[in-house]
Amino acid sequence: MKKFGFVISQGRQLNFDEMHNEKVEKLLELVPSYRLCIGCGGCTAACSAAGFTDYNIRKIHTSFFRAQYEGLDEQLKRCMLCGKCLLVCPRGVNTRSLIINMRRVLANVQPNTFVRKGAEE
Amino acid sequence: MKSISIIGAGPAGIEAASVLAKQGMPVNLFEKSSSPLKNIADKAFLFPNFAAASDIVDLMNKKLLNQNITLHHDTDIVKMQREGEAWKIVDGKGNAYYSDYVLMATGYTPFDAHRKEELGYGIYNGIVTSLEMEKMIRYNQIVNSLGEKPKRVVFLQCVGSRDEKSGNHYCSKVCCVTAVKQAIELKRQLPDTEAYIFYMDLRMWGQHFEEMYRESQQKYGVRYVRGRISEASGTFDGRVQVKAEDTLMGLPLKMTTDLLVLMVGMEASEGTKCLAKSCGICGEYGFAKSVDPHLGDCLTEQKGLFVCGACKRPMSINDAVNDGRAAAVAIMESE
Repeated sequence: MKKFGFVISQGRQLNFDEMHNEKVEKLLELVPSYRLCIGCGGCTAACSAAGFTDYNIRKIHTSFFRAQYEGLDEQLKRCMLCGKCLLVCPRGVNTRSLIINMRRVLANVQPNTFVRKGAEE
Repeated sequence: MKSISIIGAGPAGIEAASVLAKQGMPVNLFEKSSSPLKNIADKAFLFPNFAAASDIVDLMNKKLLNQNITLHHDTDIVKMQREGEAWKIVDGKGNAYYSDYVLMATGYTPFDAHRKEELGYGIYNGIVTSLEMEKMIRYNQIVNSLGEKPKRVVFLQCVGSRDEKSGNHYCSKVCCVTAVKQAIELKRQLPDTEAYIFYMDLRMWGQHFEEMYRESQQKYGVRYVRGRISEASGTFDGRVQVKAEDTLMGLPLKMTTDLLVLMVGMEASEGTKCLAKSCGICGEYGFAKSVDPHLGDCLTEQKGLFVCGACKRPMSINDAVNDGRAAAVAIMESE
């Protein structure tokens, strides 16, 4: 069959009716302060990595909360765990712990093999 | 002692009547509906301390038990004018009343959600206003259009407020915190139901409001999405599908919900519009205008005519009570 180069674009719309929230639930269990985010972007503004790369921690955790996990593990590797985001967060979200635990949840690593359970709060 | 006519027996009018009556002033209090405090009567709990609305209504009704107060219910005031040194006010039946002062406390009316056709109110099932939601909470009957317990409830802020298309450029002030309050009530009654609040920005202006917002996230797991719902439509199974942009993600979204709650704003009531116009104290959007927002907020350009409460601008119940009290002091000072 002759190919004309037409493709069907994949939908970009977030569909809240078909979301796989298991990872979100897991992360909320590990880092309860996660749900307090108000999306102010203070973390990204303070971020050492964001000044030099397209690493955007605010966007990453919003994406995670909407169960859009694709590509997040790769992006999260850019974080140097300096913890400046933790200092500026007005809602007291434990962002540093959040980053470590996002990576663990995305990699399906049992979190309690690394840290004492409940050590986050 | 001089006499006063107070138009509107809501929180502001009753508070002012109570203060003035205690000072010995004869008060004629006019209410167009059959009983006072009509706008609070069907509410469940009041922010920020979750006081039962029925308790507040009882306490305010007690304030009316003063021999100097005469309550005229079912009396719609349609005209008022200055006659010599007195004010003459006329009701719908043509009865005239005379007094030295008049206090307008004619209040607001909720925005008519039918006007936002794209949000489907009155067209599809499962779409309610914040006032209807408040009733469902009060009588412990939060159900979807099929009479079932909802699995998901979506609240939409700024319906008829901050909206040039509705002609209302202003913020109605109380809807943000009301949605947070109703979402908390919803989760208290139905802990397994998901609650989403769609907002443009959350204006938690009052004491304890921000704490309530935080608590709704932390304790009740209410979820917030920044974005305005552009359209709502009915689904084949009696639910509602909404479309919006998740502006923090930069992506469009769709979501099906059992109930869509439209947080309707406040507009000047018919009484406010008509009376403000008849005495030349018309402000923006049909509200009544005071002489100065800082130091003369209960005074008007007409001698002996005062204004208080939500006839000036959207106002919470506690603000309206305080404003009624402020108006009473302004009236006493003008003696």
